[in-house]
Amino acid sequence: MEMELIAITILWTFLYGYLIVASIDFGAGFFSYYSMLTGKEHTINQVINRYLSPVWEVTNVFLVFFFVGIVGFFPDTAYYYGTALLLPGGVALLLLSIRGSFYAFANYGARKSRTYMFLYGMTGLFIPASLSTVLTISEGGFIREVEGDVVFLPWNLLTSSYSWAVVFLALVSVLFISAAFLTYYAHKAEDGPAFEVLRQYALFWSGPTILASVWVFMALSRHNMTHFQNMLDIAWAFLLSLACFLGAVYLIWWRKGLGWAFILVMLQFAFAFFGYGSSHLPYLLYPYITIQSGLTHSDMGWALILSFIAGFLLLVPSLFLLMRLFLFSARYVRGK
Amino acid sequence: MDPTILSRILTAETLAFHIIWATIGVGVPVFISLAEAWGIYKKDPHYILMARRWTRGFVITVAVGVVTGTSIGLMLSLLWPRFMQLAGNVISLPLFLETFAFFFEAIFLGIYLYTWDRFKKPVIHWLTSIPIIIGSSLSAVFITTVNAFMNTPAGFRLENGELTDIRPLEAMFNPATPSKVAHVLSSSYVTCAFLLGGIAAYFLLKGRNLEYHKKALKMTMVAGLVLAVATAVAGDLSGKFLAKHVPEKLAAAEWHFETRREAPLILGGYLDENNEVRGAVKIPWALSILGKGSPDGEIIGLNEFPEEERPPLYLHYLFDGMVLIGTYLILISALFLYAWWRKKNPWNRWLLRGIVWGAPLSFLAIELGWMYAEVGRQPWIIRGVMRVEDAATTADHVGLLLMVFSLLYVALAVIAVSVLIRLFRHKGPEKEMEERRIIL
Repeated sequence: MEMELIAITILWTFLYGYLIVASIDFGAGFFSYYSMLTGKEHTINQVINRYLSPVWEVTNVFLVFFFVGIVGFFPDTAYYYGTALLLPGGVALLLLSIRGSFYAFANYGARKSRTYMFLYGMTGLFIPASLSTVLTISEGGFIREVEGDVVFLPWNLLTSSYSWAVVFLALVSVLFISAAFLTYYAHKAEDGPAFEVLRQYALFWSGPTILASVWVFMALSRHNMTHFQNMLDIAWAFLLSLACFLGAVYLIWWRKGLGWAFILVMLQFAFAFFGYGSSHLPYLLYPYITIQSGLTHSDMGWALILSFIAGFLLLVPSLFLLMRLFLFSARYVRGK
Repeated sequence: MDPTILSRILTAETLAFHIIWATIGVGVPVFISLAEAWGIYKKDPHYILMARRWTRGFVITVAVGVVTGTSIGLMLSLLWPRFMQLAGNVISLPLFLETFAFFFEAIFLGIYLYTWDRFKKPVIHWLTSIPIIIGSSLSAVFITTVNAFMNTPAGFRLENGELTDIRPLEAMFNPATPSKVAHVLSSSYVTCAFLLGGIAAYFLLKGRNLEYHKKALKMTMVAGLVLAVATAVAGDLSGKFLAKHVPEKLAAAEWHFETRREAPLILGGYLDENNEVRGAVKIPWALSILGKGSPDGEIIGLNEFPEEERPPLYLHYLFDGMVLIGTYLILISALFLYAWWRKKNPWNRWLLRGIVWGAPLSFLAIELGWMYAEVGRQPWIIRGVMRVEDAATTADHVGLLLMVFSLLYVALAVIAVSVLIRLFRHKGPEKEMEERRIIL
């Protein structure tokens, strides 16, 4: 495989990882605050906190990894996206900062504070929205190059139906992924009441998720026809994604195989995300940067790939240890 | 205002805020681990409790450090897109490695926090603190190599404004790397020694005449003296490095205009309109010794550089401040250890006050040192390759962003500090000891 394909596959996989872990995290924050408002706090908060506490810091790294990686492998993206994303990127950073620090204030500080929980819960909904603008911009039409300077067209972004479809999809998928995971987690913790509440959330958000996906398809066909055609060529990936979704909802509905249900949810998003990604190629930013034109010098590229392999060998056992100790330790999950 | 200036202010502000938390993030785990190890070895619950209490405060500071670190990481591309486009080809390796180190640290911090009572052997829990230290110190190392590259770029050739013939490792291990890394690490550790020592001294002054605080103070001051001396040695290496590779920075800091041998070191003073030094203390030969290791060493003067490539002259005060504080830290910790060793009274109120002052002063020294290092690079963003104004974003709204982030940093500082105070105010170590049923 050529270097640019290896590079983009690594980065895309990390972004997918971020999509899953961050969704669980963002959704959990929102549910946690929502349950506080509706008086169900004591039912589900314990389950949520037991999951979040040891991993919240790790979630952030997936994102950092992606943006450092993409600038490293494709320095041109720093120039185009950097200039265009000053505002949306600034907003995302602001929200991430509030969320990250207030998680610590709320959970390690001396007492629970409603304000802290509110900030923590609500920012979790806006972060996916602001981050998803990057994907929208990558379709082209929101950046113009004038005399060598990159000009961002925010008005086009705000009035594009495609852009809103993506934001909506980001929001509802976050809630769906998160609820599906927490349903499984509550089941494992043998926490009946929490399980029932979270199962309801998962079923509730499944509908909007699939509607939003259809909407994104339709909006894209009007926004970037080339990309839409490419997607039709690999329609099987999206059909598989749909099948996984139906399977997951079926299992959650009948309250069985909840671990499998969550795996199906992960596969649903994997098929859709990688299908979307591969049909986007070769463009990183339509029509200015392709994976060939933006690639770093080959010596640096190989150094990055080597360091990635070394880093990976270090991370996998550590992540495995983390999961053994917390996520998949029956004793820990049940709070013993 | 012009986006370049606004971008500079925002970057400076973010970095200045970040390094406070980052320094804590690099240094404090070392002391947590040290306390836990000593506690396990001596079977002394005081030290274990110390590790626990420091960890609890540490989590709050880490959170702020992580979010501001994420900010500066992304801001590099948002505010300096041209810089990242050009330099991304050469410096991505250390940036990338830094995220791995950060990842490693994040994973083990989670484990460390939630396994205090889970292992039968306490040593196993202590072992999980080692990856935290490795991760946090390595991220400091990697990110410092990036900054070192900006000061002494290496590992590429410049052809028609493009970088070719890239050698990633050479770029990472550029001439500035060794002295910079040494100075950054040792100064972070020493700052945390004084932060934790200062807190202990503060409570002793408040009349909490506890074994716990006394033990904490002894431990941090022993480490503090060693580290303060190590920092001075690293600073001396940096001086020699500057004289050889970035002479204009050293010359601007010392108001050294004419190239000459037997150059004096200047303390304090001011410049009159003819750039004559007034009212300063001159230490003969000291600059030559600092720069070249012999009184006879030739130190290059600022006049050798075209006016538009000289850094500003107020660097002198930053440099003086940093060195002065460094000296103070060595003296005060030495004094404390001397009093303890000769069985004089180390709990003398003035001595304790001096140590309390060491904490904010050491943070000030960190800030001054970084300002000196960064402003001393002006007008270059990559010395000799790219000027700052050619690197900045052309986008509007930098001003808006500056305002929003200034507010954010103020809010984070106020809230984090008040959360930290609240965390410890009502529960002194004596109370916690009782709760944990530790009988002494």
